[in-house]
Parts: sequence; structure tokens; C-alpha cells
Amino acid sequence: MTVSDDPGQTSGSPAVSELPEGFQVATEEGRLLAERLADSGRHARKLLEVKNLSTRFYTADGEVHAVDDVSFELDYGETLGIVGESGCGKSVTALSLTRLVPDPPGKIVSGEIIFDGVNVMKLSKNEMRLLRGKRIGFIFQDPMTSLNPTLTVGYQIAESARIHLGMTRKEADDRAAELLGKVGIPRARDRMRDYPHQFSGGMRQRVMIAIALACDPMLLLADEPTTALDVTIQAQILELIRSLSDEFGTAVILITHDLGIAAGMCNRVNVMYAGRIVETGKVDDLFEHPRMPYAWGLLDSLPRLDEQRGERLRTIEGLPPDLIDPGPECRFAPRCGYARDVCREREPELSDRAEEGHLARCFGTEPGGWIK
Amino acid sequence: MVGYIIRRVLWIIPVLLVVSLITFVLMKSTPGGPWDREKELPIQVQANLDKQYGLDDPLPVQYIRWLVGWPTADGFQRGLILGDLGPSYRYRDRSVNDIVGDGIGPTMQLGAMAFLLAVVVGIPLGVIGALRQNKIPDYIATFISVLGITTPSFVAATLLVVVFSIGLGWFPTGGWKGPEYWVLPTLALGLAPIAAVARYTRASMLEVTRKDYVRTAHSKGLRERSVVVVHMIRNALIPVVTILGPLLAALVTGSFIIELLFSVPGIGRFYVSGIGQRDYGLIMAMTMLYAGAVAIMNMVVDVLYAYIDPRIRYS
Amino acid sequence: MATRSTTIEGPIPERKSSGLWKDAFGRLVKNRLAIVGGLIVLLFAFVAVFGPFIAPFDYKAQDLVAVAANGNRPLPPLTDGHILGTDRLGRDLLSRMMDGAQISMTVALVVQVVVILIGIPVGALAGWFGGRMDNVLMRITDVVYAFPDLLFIIILSVAFRETWFGRALDGLFLVFVAIGIVSWITMARLVRGQLLSLKETEFVEAARAIGVRDSRIVARHLLPNAIGPVIVAITLGIPGAILAEATLAFLGIGAIPPRASWGTLIEAGNKSVRSDPHLAIFPALAVALALLSFTFLGDGLRDALDPKLKGKQ
Repeated sequence: MTVSDDPGQTSGSPAVSELPEGFQVATEEGRLLAERLADSGRHARKLLEVKNLSTRFYTADGEVHAVDDVSFELDYGETLGIVGESGCGKSVTALSLTRLVPDPPGKIVSGEIIFDGVNVMKLSKNEMRLLRGKRIGFIFQDPMTSLNPTLTVGYQIAESARIHLGMTRKEADDRAAELLGKVGIPRARDRMRDYPHQFSGGMRQRVMIAIALACDPMLLLADEPTTALDVTIQAQILELIRSLSDEFGTAVILITHDLGIAAGMCNRVNVMYAGRIVETGKVDDLFEHPRMPYAWGLLDSLPRLDEQRGERLRTIEGLPPDLIDPGPECRFAPRCGYARDVCREREPELSDRAEEGHLARCFGTEPGGWIK
Repeated sequence: MVGYIIRRVLWIIPVLLVVSLITFVLMKSTPGGPWDREKELPIQVQANLDKQYGLDDPLPVQYIRWLVGWPTADGFQRGLILGDLGPSYRYRDRSVNDIVGDGIGPTMQLGAMAFLLAVVVGIPLGVIGALRQNKIPDYIATFISVLGITTPSFVAATLLVVVFSIGLGWFPTGGWKGPEYWVLPTLALGLAPIAAVARYTRASMLEVTRKDYVRTAHSKGLRERSVVVVHMIRNALIPVVTILGPLLAALVTGSFIIELLFSVPGIGRFYVSGIGQRDYGLIMAMTMLYAGAVAIMNMVVDVLYAYIDPRIRYS
Repeated sequence: MATRSTTIEGPIPERKSSGLWKDAFGRLVKNRLAIVGGLIVLLFAFVAVFGPFIAPFDYKAQDLVAVAANGNRPLPPLTDGHILGTDRLGRDLLSRMMDGAQISMTVALVVQVVVILIGIPVGALAGWFGGRMDNVLMRITDVVYAFPDLLFIIILSVAFRETWFGRALDGLFLVFVAIGIVSWITMARLVRGQLLSLKETEFVEAARAIGVRDSRIVARHLLPNAIGPVIVAITLGIPGAILAEATLAFLGIGAIPPRASWGTLIEAGNKSVRSDPHLAIFPALAVALALLSFTFLGDGLRDALDPKLKGKQ
């Protein structure tokens, strides 16, 4: 299927008249963004560079450090997993990338987010809006509540195409029907006029995928896309995401608490804990040679086929820390069986391990550390 | 969906039946007859009047005659359902039909205007209040809401008359002779409904703001105006329809007080004076009229609600 | 390779949490409007109880001499110790308004007592047992709903005006009954709705699974959750009762004169609004103030008991 890209794809630099209506070129960054939007090919830099991102929530109880000094990168077309337990900051990270964090009470307090060469933090609200949907697609966790119950499914998919790609009603509807078929909804044309409640949970998630991909975005943010679905449907949805992203070269950030999903879908994985990235690396490296006690604990807690029945499930004792006033120590130290005094005094940095691109945040596993 | 409509239509019948029964029983349980109020009538005259109005017949007969009809010596006396609202016990030369016929026009006009006012002013007020929560527009909207809730219609009427009619002389105090006569009564009647609609709309909008699909709409990069109008207001207004029923009921019951205070030539002032004079014939008939109107309007609102919410329409 | 189970070092970091009521009370106190409303409510209650003792005049006492001396006109405010003036019969307006306050507060109290005593049990039974009992209740309430509240109250009052109990307590007994009859239904429906939805929640299933007896479930799990909306409904239902009473009095079928319900005062005041506006304005303001304060208090309670509804963090 050929996807019509933005207008002006064959010319060199964009004519301002070809930009979407209402788009302002007020800032230097905006001008760069304008160039990007008009270009078609991919470039040799990274799709996404996140540097020292910190997002906090200001609540009656205090400042919650939901995301604390997080940095990572993403290549074009790559699938990155962000793994961690509830409350570790993975969803907030994704929301921060598109500046969708509810404000109040949340706020991105520091950091840079460079998306396709453009500094997202410097964009105006309107420029940011133009980026969303068109270049970055979002899939949310609960398909039941994430779709507008009073609009047809076809309308909700076509909406993006009309606004961002300037299509006419008919063109957008055609595209919506096409997408609906592509995500595996039978009799797509007819079902375009149905409402979300007339679909099952798995189908609704497919609709969400269609919405997210409506404008052929460069990046797809999938926040726990299968958590609310049955296990058998989960596999289908994940397969769908994978095949579509392969077909269109879309990069994917997959957020999940399920290690199995991460293992099956991702090229690289970031493990987050208490608002920090504690380990990152290629998926195979991470799963075969985890270099951080938390990661061990996660992997170890998965029940395995070759276990005896009746054996106790292994857990990581304790609870995640309160993120309101994190102290200077390693945040995992209270629950870590390998912690030593140094862990309770200072926090380790993310440092290299044996394999390429594999970093971990742990004194014990550093070269010369006490964990072998 | 069609089944739903039919069920709602059929449901009115037993409801109105029970309402009529209650009304009838209540009026008939009042001690003394409808003639007691006036200067003492000779017993014989009273007996004649009783016979003439059929008040000496057994109660079930009276009920059926009143509601449906009963054969008389020379023909058939029709009842409520067949269009005859019965006699007024006070105004011997006019039937309730006459009274209602004369006054129904202004009453319906007043009610319609107040309803339109409530919707046209109340909804935007609520939407703005929700979107600019806790800022100046919200305080204005909330102030008007509060005003509407706390002022019963007769109080509002009094204050409006004092300020705008006696004080500023902009509008007349009573009568119905032209558009300038319509303003104060409509305002007095519509103030509370405006407040109710505004409050409800605001609450509904606030709830919608927190819904996931609004977040999805933002994540698609839609213009803020699109998000608000297409995604938020559509959903927020659906629950608001549910209060239109009680709203209409309140308009109906508030109307007669307003009509009295502003000398509007509608049916309301007859109702009030009928109450004062214990004109049971009039009271029964008009109570049924009002109750029937409310029941029908409620049904229309229910059907409307089922129609505009796709979740109900297609299931 | 696994993390061993360790003892947690130091206290598990926990936010300070207080009980539901303490949290709610804290929120309520911060809501200035609600506090003002509450204080005014207390003021009205005080006047209602102690009115007869602290009123400057007897509300029934006429002073025809003074009126005659004033050219047969009611005395304006601030004459001869009549802070708010008098009516055509020389009766002190302030004292009469205080009587009106007593009437309104009594109506508010009695009606809500009826609502609690009848509405809550009926609603709870319907909601908990469901089935036929629920059906019957629903049918009854549907019918009563179809009858506009005020109309029903009116014809009820008109019908029994002349009976012995219509005259009891200066006609107030009938007012209590009439307003009470339509008011408990709403509460019953509310409680039923609450119970129905809570009944299906998972924590009830969990309690059942552990083997907790039904009655205990209702008492300890369901009622405390349902109580919040109930309290709010009671407080917000009071303005309606006060309004209904005033309307009845306005129409001449409420409290029997010379009792001075605010509705009666307004009706009389309207007649001479051109010449002596104070007779209508002051009682009107009293009604407005009473309704306002109960509404603010009720809103404040609702926001305090369920902050999610308010829209603020």
C-alpha cells in the first residue's frame, strides 16, 4: 500500500505555501520542523534523543519525581521497550515526549527532547500540536475508554488525516477504510459507520492502532497496548503492531510491565525503576546477562515451565520507594539483597558493561564490583 | 430502539391513570362539598346542584364519568380523555374547557420562551464555566447559577419588578400586550432553569474533561477548538438532556405563579384562584392537564435521550 | 542470582493517611463558601430555636394605633424600635420573619427526618434484595415521579386543609406530611442506586468469598460508602423543602395565619410592593439567604466527600 506523504515531497526545500494551514514559522526550530515535514526520506541521525528528561507532579503531598533525569535514544524504525512495574515512570516518559503531561499538576522541569532533529521543548503549542498525530502516533492502554463513544470509528480515524494531511472528506474516508482493513477489521467499509461500543475490546484496540497510524507517523508510542486485553488477543495485537511497523518503517516505543512482551517485540529495552533508567541494552543481552539486581529479580520472578508445582513464586520483597523526596542513595537499595554501604550513600551512574550498548546502574556489577 | 419508544409510550397510560385516581380520590376526600365556601345555600339548592353535577352518584361512576364519560339521559357526557375537562364549580357559566381554551396560548408561549432561554443561555454558561474553571467567566456563570437556584420564581418576580419595572421603568409590571410584556415574566420563570442547566452542563463538561478519549483527541494533534466542540461538548450534553424532563416539569408548575404575579392571561391564574376558592372541578381538571403535559414531555425527553446517545441507539 | 528476601531496612516510606472523615473534614474546612453557608445555617437554626425569646416583639402583636398614626400605612424600617418596619396591621416584620425562620427550619428538619426514616430503609431493601421488591419500588416511584412534586403537594394540601390534622400545628403538620411524602422517594431511589452499584463491586465479592454474612456486608461495607451521597442529598434536599413550604404559604395553603411563613409574608408584601417594598424585599432576601447557605453547605459537603467530582486536584 502506498501512503501519500506530505505535499512537496519531490522538491528540495519546502515552499512555505505548502505547509499545513495555520502553521507558524516563528522560531528557528519551527523552520527546521517545517523543513522536516516537507522532506520525505529519513536521515542518518537518530529519530529520538532524550537528554536528562525530568518530569514532576506537584501535589498536595509534595513534588513527585515521576521521571528523574532520563536519557535514551531511538533509531529510525527501531523498536524500543520500556519495562518496569507500576509507578516507575514509564507512562509519564511517553506522555512527556509529546508534552501531553497534564499541566497542572505535572510539568516537564528539565531536559531536551530532540525528535527528528527538532527540539520538541522549544516548539510553540501550535507547532507541537502539528507534530502530534502526524509524526507521532499514540496508542493508549484502555481501548474501551480511549475512543469517543459518540463518534463513528471511521470519523475518528479520518479526523487525523483530514487535519494533518489536508485530505478532503472522501479522501480521508477512503484512507480510513483502508487502514481499518489493514488492522484486520473485516468488512471495513461497512464497519466505518459503527460506533466504538459495537466492537469488542481487541477490535477497539485495532481501531486505536489505525488512528495512531493514520498519518504514517515516524514514531509510535504504545503505552501498555495489550494490558487490558485477553491473552490470545494480546498476541494478535502485538503481531499487528510489529508487522505494520515493519511495513512502514515506523519506530516503536513499547511500554509494558510484561517482560515476555518486551522480549518478543523489541530490539532494545530500557528497564525503569522509581523514575530512573536502571538498565538498558539490546534485548538478547539484557535477558541473557542482566547486570542489575532489579532486572534479575524481574526475570527471576517469571514462572517457568520447568519449575516444580507447589514451589513458591519468587518475588522481590518490599515496595517501590516514595517518589516525593528521593534521597541520594540507590533507589533499589532497600530491596536489594546485594546492597552494601556505598549503595546507601550514593546513587550509581549508568555505566557500560561488557556488551556493546549495554548499560546498568549498579555499583555491584561495575568492573571491580562485588557481584559476579 | 423502536421497541423502546413503544414501551415508553405505553407506559404513560398506567401512570396517568394512577395520577388521575390519586387526584380524584384526594379531591373527593375533602370534607364538605364544593358549595361550602360560598354564602350558605339552602339545602334544597345544594341538593339540586349536587344532582345537576352528578355529585350524588356513587364514586366509581363519578370517576369514570370524569375520566372517560358516562351516558346521560339525553346523550353522552364526555370525560377528560375524550376532551371534556368538566365543569368549573365556581364559574357556572364557563366550563374548564372554555377557561383553558382562552388561556392556553399565552401559557404555552411563556413556557416555550422560558425553556428556550434556559437552554440558549444555560448551556453556553455551563460550558464556559467548565472551560475557564475558577477564573472570572466561571465566577460569573456560577454567580448566575447560584442566583437562579436561590430565588424561587415568586421572589425573582418580585425583585425583577421592583428593579426593572418600578425602579427603572424599562418594562411594564403586568399584562401581555406586546413583546415588552414578555421580558420580565420569561426571566422570572426562566432564571431557575437557566441555573439548573448551567450547573449541570458545567459538571458534565468537567467530567468529560477527564475522560480518556479527550486525551486521545489531544494526542492526535487536533486543534483545541475541535477537541472542545467535537469531542467534549457532544458527550457532555447527553446527560444534560436527562434533566430537561424535570426542567419542563418545573416550568409547568412555576408558570401559574408567574402568570398570577404578572397578570398573564393564561390558564395559570385560574389554577391559583381555583385553589384558593376550592373549585374542585377546576383543580382536578387542571391538575390532570399539567400532570399529563409533564408526563408527555418526560416521555419525549426519554426518547430523545435514547436517540442521541449512540450507545443506546444501536444496541 | 536471585535477590534474597531481605528485611526492609528502616520504615516503609508511607504517606500520612487519615480516615475518610478526617480527610473530608479537612477539605470541607478549606472551602470558604461552605463554611460561610454552614455558619448562616447555624444562625438560622439558632433563631429557629430561640426566636420567640429573642424577638423584639410578639409576631402576632398588632399595633393599629401606630399604623393609624402613620396615615394607615405600614411603618417603614427603623421606626420605633421596628428594625425592619411593620406590616399593615402594625406587626413587627423582623419578629414575623423570625417566626418564618422557625417554620422553615422546622420543615427542613422534619422532612429530612421522614426522608431518613422511610427513604433509606426502603431504598436499602430494594437495592439489596433486588428482584420483586425492587421492581415494586421502582414502579411506585415511577408513578410518583410522573406527578410533578409541587402539584402533588398542592392538591394534597388543598384536599386536607379543612380536616383536623390539616389544622394541626397551625397547618404545619399537613405541610410536613405533604412535602415528606414526595421527598422520601428520591432518597429511596438514591440509596437503592448506590446499593445496586456497590453490590456488584469486587470488594463485595471478596467479602462474600471470605464468608462474611450479608447483613455485615451491608452494614460495614456498603452503608459507609453510600453514606456520603446520602448526606449530600439530605443537605441539598433542604432548599427544596423550604421552597415548597414557602410556595404553599404563598398560595395560601401552607402555614395558617397569623403564623408568618416567609411565603405568606412575600405574598402580602407583593400586594403593596409599590408603596412599601420593604414588606416584600426582606422576606425574599431571607428565603434567598436560607437557600443559598444550605446549597453552599451541601456543595461543600459533596466536594469534600468526593473530591474527584470537583475537577481540582
